[in-house]
Amino acid sequence: MDTLLQLVHGLSIAVAPHNLLFALIGVLLGTAVGVLPGIGPALTVALLLPVTYKLDPAGSLIMFAGIYYGGMYGGSTTAILINTPGESASMATALEGNRMAKAGRGGPALATSAIGSFVAGTIATLGLTFLAPTLVDIAVQFGPEDYFALMCVAFVTVSATFGDSAVRGLTSLFIGLALGLVGIDKLTGQARLGFGMPELLDGVEITTLAVGLFAVGEALFVASRRNHAPEQVEAVRGSLWMSLDDWRRSWKPWLRGTFLGFPIGALPAGGAEIPTFLSYSIERRLSKHPEEFGHGAIEGVAGPEAANNASAAGTLVPLLTLGLPTSATAAMLLAGFQQYGLNPGPLLFADHPQLVWGLIASLYIANLMLLVLNLPLVGLWVRLLSIPQPWLYAGILVFATMGTIAAKPSVVELGMLTVFGILGYLMRRFDYPIAPVVVGIILGPVAEAQLRRALSISLGDPLVLVQSPISATLLGIAVLALIAPFVLKGLSRFRAEED
Amino acid sequence: MNPKAKRPDMAGVAIAAGLAVIAGIIWWDATGLVAGSPYGLGPDAAPKVIAAGLGLLAVANFVTAWKGTMPHREAGEMGPIVLIVGGLAALIAIIALGGGFILATAILFAATARAFGRRALAVDFGIGLAIGVGAYLVFAKLLTLSLPMGPLERLI
Repeated sequence: MDTLLQLVHGLSIAVAPHNLLFALIGVLLGTAVGVLPGIGPALTVALLLPVTYKLDPAGSLIMFAGIYYGGMYGGSTTAILINTPGESASMATALEGNRMAKAGRGGPALATSAIGSFVAGTIATLGLTFLAPTLVDIAVQFGPEDYFALMCVAFVTVSATFGDSAVRGLTSLFIGLALGLVGIDKLTGQARLGFGMPELLDGVEITTLAVGLFAVGEALFVASRRNHAPEQVEAVRGSLWMSLDDWRRSWKPWLRGTFLGFPIGALPAGGAEIPTFLSYSIERRLSKHPEEFGHGAIEGVAGPEAANNASAAGTLVPLLTLGLPTSATAAMLLAGFQQYGLNPGPLLFADHPQLVWGLIASLYIANLMLLVLNLPLVGLWVRLLSIPQPWLYAGILVFATMGTIAAKPSVVELGMLTVFGILGYLMRRFDYPIAPVVVGIILGPVAEAQLRRALSISLGDPLVLVQSPISATLLGIAVLALIAPFVLKGLSRFRAEED
Repeated sequence: MNPKAKRPDMAGVAIAAGLAVIAGIIWWDATGLVAGSPYGLGPDAAPKVIAAGLGLLAVANFVTAWKGTMPHREAGEMGPIVLIVGGLAALIAIIALGGGFILATAILFAATARAFGRRALAVDFGIGLAIGVGAYLVFAKLLTLSLPMGPLERLI
């Protein structure tokens, strides 16, 4: 009951005109960047962080959440119409959706993805509403050693378990951890990795790192490969409406996708790729028309799209209740909280209930706005794809440098932006994942602080880490998750040799 | 498997070497720190753990590179990259010398557009100027962010 009261109170905040306006700006921006290939919600939030730090925290965070949700909708439009998924989570959608568009059924493909996203987003936000307070009750009992163990789980799952290669994921994570070391050690006041430069004493700015890796790195990478001709945009042909048969074939995949996406997103496992691909293969197995898969089966769009959106709401659960980001966008949202001096976690629910519940309530509104905006305006969104690429990326770079210099007026910061941009390019070129770097720089210092707190309470006895049952379990999970990919890889190699 | 992919991958070896160098720098930096409290971990513990981890990862990266099992994307062109990085360098130089935000922005815009294959350099420079003025008006005047000043900014 308490939760419902809080939610109603949150709704009264979310419908305040200026908050509605922020939500609207968020979903519009999010859809736009989701549609544009190569620009994801993480990059957009990173670009907006420096220019919003003087605005009202509640409004900006509502806007960021709108961008997150909007990016998920917009990404599917691009995946269906040009077969270039804006983000990896839309890859499954592109498989079937683009075939549908080529067969003249682009309208129903867009419709089932938008309505499915709405259904999944709403159910998953309900899940967030009721799961979050429960998790907060558990999280208040966490001691510093438990938090440290939780961070270890996040490190391993974000970098090692689900990437293509555990070694490359961990390499990215450790680069992030190393960057997180830079600056003054808070306990002893000594400079670490300062190299005598005063600009480095405050540490590496998370926004500079993120904008460099995402915006500059992506621009460099795309520019170096621009001779790879972009794919043709399919015009939206046929009715936007789904036939009765389309509805009949879509509703179960929507629900199944939701119940895959939300829990997997809520686990500190990271990413929407796993649930979308799981949903795709389950729909393929359950479908009455398996022969249509690969040629434009509507179930193959409906399920993964629902899973994709549900997992976005799922990642907000560990983010809001534990301060644990499990995707690049969630990491940027966390940076957004931190720029206002807010720390997501159980205390946030106690100290700023109006902000948290206003944010959660605004998610329902954002979802509704996206449904209304997306279907009728799909033609408008598609037109965004005709912005000439040179101007698009030139504009992104101008905005990236402006945001950086506005946040910290120093040319050293711009130099770091350039260096991180080159790092981002090299990581794309040699296929190292980007998200673990951002998670590492944000969570690394937190994990270190919690570990040192735990050990100073226990007077230096390291056994404290395994004496708490929560911490011992979490550390066990982390070790298992670290070893699993190597064992599984050995298994699959064994199987490949057998074939 | 294509036999070419089995050769040692020199870029991968270079990455492994780079990681080893970073690990060494972090370790060396950590040895200069003074332990703070008698109990618990000093400020040098985390850097040493991270340096050790990076060292291990350098070895692991070296092994995959030597076996040639690293995934590889085709090299791409270097020209556009030089143009964009040059644009960023020009932007930094102009701001450092007091040329202001708008002029620096216009040059970065033109250089990036050029890197993406546009040939109309003067037109792009003009667009960059217009964007710079617009952004300056919105962000410096409306949102009161501080942007680097130069002769053009003082005119507005």
